[in-house]
Amino acid sequence: MGLLDQEFSDGNIVIARAEDLMNWARLSSIWQLGFGLACCAIEMMATSASHYDFDRFGVIPRNTPRQADAIIISGTVTFKMATRIKRLYEQMPDPKYIISMGSCANCGGPYWEHGYHVLKGIDRVIPVDVYVPGCPPRPEALLEGLLKLQEKIRNESMRKKIA
Amino acid sequence: MKNPEEIFELLKKEFGDAVSAIDKDTPTESIISIDPLQIHKVGSFLRENNDLQFDSLMVLSGVDDANGTKTKDEDGADIISGGTLSVYYHLHSTILKHKITLRVATPRENPQVESVYNVWRTSDWHEREAFDMFGIIFQNHPDLRRILMPYDWEAGYPLRKDYKNPEFYQGMKVPY
Repeated sequence: MGLLDQEFSDGNIVIARAEDLMNWARLSSIWQLGFGLACCAIEMMATSASHYDFDRFGVIPRNTPRQADAIIISGTVTFKMATRIKRLYEQMPDPKYIISMGSCANCGGPYWEHGYHVLKGIDRVIPVDVYVPGCPPRPEALLEGLLKLQEKIRNESMRKKIA
Repeated sequence: MKNPEEIFELLKKEFGDAVSAIDKDTPTESIISIDPLQIHKVGSFLRENNDLQFDSLMVLSGVDDANGTKTKDEDGADIISGGTLSVYYHLHSTILKHKITLRVATPRENPQVESVYNVWRTSDWHEREAFDMFGIIFQNHPDLRRILMPYDWEAGYPLRKDYKNPEFYQGMKVPY
């Protein structure tokens, strides 16, 4: 269903469901926490830069978790960092979304067996909405992940958070 | 510029028993073995002596020689008792353009090595790393804390050959 149910003839009044309007506002300006961990962060920065232009989807980095809607876990999460990520996540206001970017954040990646210091998947600490596979994922893959997240938010209900 | 043989002779003359052997059968610089509890004064000498002038400690690294007796615990994991842990010092003189490698071997059960912190300041974090990864105690180091692992990591020293990862750290599952 589209956002606009009905438009009156003079163009100044539209009727839409509050839920759709809220979801549309949320998915169109996902402000991400400016936060990078490893080589995935380089790809994330490339995605934010002019060539791939994350900003056209309303994604801009915010420098404080208090003003961020999403956090992209872009890289290897060590145990030492995992405790910090958990705290950052808890400092973010609801609704909040998490994109797990790259094999390391998804499941430990190349460190899965002998990485004594690596958390084998960020979903052991915080709930993940979208997993983006790759090592590291290309900017196109991250954009795809973002579109998936937007799709998830679009179908959210105000009574129950699904994303 | 001095060759490793000459450096060894100089050290032998100055320190006698503290300098035990030279290993020339290496692909890079020869390795001179030093007493772990006298490495500080040997280092000072190497730095201050006009014929040596080793002003740069390129790297300091810990090594688990794993040369003790190996036994298996009930899970089949290795336990090593006895033997040595080593510290290697790669030195370079930027003035005289010569290099040398030093090695100190210290018992695994009580690994104590003198810090060379106030000879080469580079060694500060390098010694902290060797402590973090191998549990080698550097005497007189001003701030010997873990540098890479969390401060509250209690499972031991991860680069030792008989290291066993814990099941959990702060409620997070560690194995895959």
